[in-house]
Amino acid sequence: MTTPQVQRQIVYRRPKALNDVPTHYCPGCTHGIAHRLVAEVLDEMGVIEKTIGVASVGCSVFGYNYFECDFVEAPHGRAPAMATGIKRVIPDSIVFTYQGDGDLVSIGMGEITHAAARGENITVVFINNAIYGMTGGQMAPTTLPGQKTTSSQNGRDVKRMGYPIRMSEMLATLDGASYVVRRSLHDPANIRKAKKAIRTAFEVQHQGLGFSLVELLSTCPINWGMSPVEALKWVEEHMVPVYPLGDYKVSPTVAALRIR
Amino acid sequence: MPRVRGWIEVDESHCKGCGLCVAACPQDVMHLDPERLTSQGYHPAALKSEGCTGCGICAIVCPDAALTVFREVIAPQRQATAAAA
Ligand SMILES: Cc1ncc(C[n+]2csc(CCOP(=O)(O)OP(=O)(O)O)c2C)c(N)n1
Ligand code: SF4
Ligand code: SF4
Ligand code: SF4
Repeated sequence: MTTPQVQRQIVYRRPKALNDVPTHYCPGCTHGIAHRLVAEVLDEMGVIEKTIGVASVGCSVFGYNYFECDFVEAPHGRAPAMATGIKRVIPDSIVFTYQGDGDLVSIGMGEITHAAARGENITVVFINNAIYGMTGGQMAPTTLPGQKTTSSQNGRDVKRMGYPIRMSEMLATLDGASYVVRRSLHDPANIRKAKKAIRTAFEVQHQGLGFSLVELLSTCPINWGMSPVEALKWVEEHMVPVYPLGDYKVSPTVAALRIR
Repeated sequence: MPRVRGWIEVDESHCKGCGLCVAACPQDVMHLDPERLTSQGYHPAALKSEGCTGCGICAIVCPDAALTVFREVIAPQRQATAAAA
């Protein structure tokens, strides 16, 4: 007779860096996945005690309720300016902003551009869901050509309403930016890649290598009028072609970074 | 060959019944339990049949970090493995 050896493992458990509070996000909204990935990275790096988040205006306005670190709430679009001040006053802290595309690309275009140009040593988590989620699904600068929103009811007409702005590509032209990449949250393989990029971005800051930004293609099932599963498909089929995934800026010092 | 058995626990205070885990599970062993309602009024995710491998994919796609994934590897004793080999 042989006695089998039983090995029990916990494959996954909720990250400690997330508070035990249910979020206000709609069911299946990938804002939640982005939160989880940031929390996992803060846990893995063991920096939660010295991290300060800067929430923006948009659906993630209550972000400060969901993480176990200190948090402040910035006026609409101004999170990178606030993060600049905090990081300069407390240089040993880890400072990140969490901003939607309405916040970052529209009203906050000036702040993000200058923070990147100055090479501020902060990390930006940029959620691109191609719409203003919080206020009821209006057109954003990132809305796709032809996409129907409450303020472009026949679809975005680029002749009249302009073209979508590819923020990662734009910021990558700035000498101050050290790490600028775009990832997506639409399936498990891409979620893994997104987490790796978020980890790299925080490491860039941790080692004092300058400005880092991870753009994440994300869903807004409610305002897109889709089920959560359909919304993931829509990201893959419609958003990725307009917003190609990739590394837009990896400075030589960042390229030399080795992360366990 | 070691046998692998997995299972999940769903935290019903966080689960919003979005179904992303159900769609992503490679073994197709999950469903939204029609018999249960969470305090927020959602049908929560649950295992519907045997066959979970503990791969963790459901947890990777869960926006509400509602899932804990366990895995049990049952290896025959070393002697037996040697004999079999
Ligand atoms: C100064 C100012 N202007 C406008 C608004 C209205 N407003 C609130 S959220 C928002 C846009 C949010 O969109 P986004 O940043 O894409 O975040 P999402 O909700 O999609 O996550 C706007 C325009 C405001 N709160 N303050
Ligand atoms: S409105 Fe859209 S972005 Fe906001 S929580 Fe709901 S699904 Fe997410
Ligand atoms: S751990 Fe894997 S097999 Fe088990 S329920 Fe989750 S996705 Fe399905
Ligand atoms: S993905 Fe998470 S929140 Fe959605 S049904 Fe599954 S366990 Fe519940």
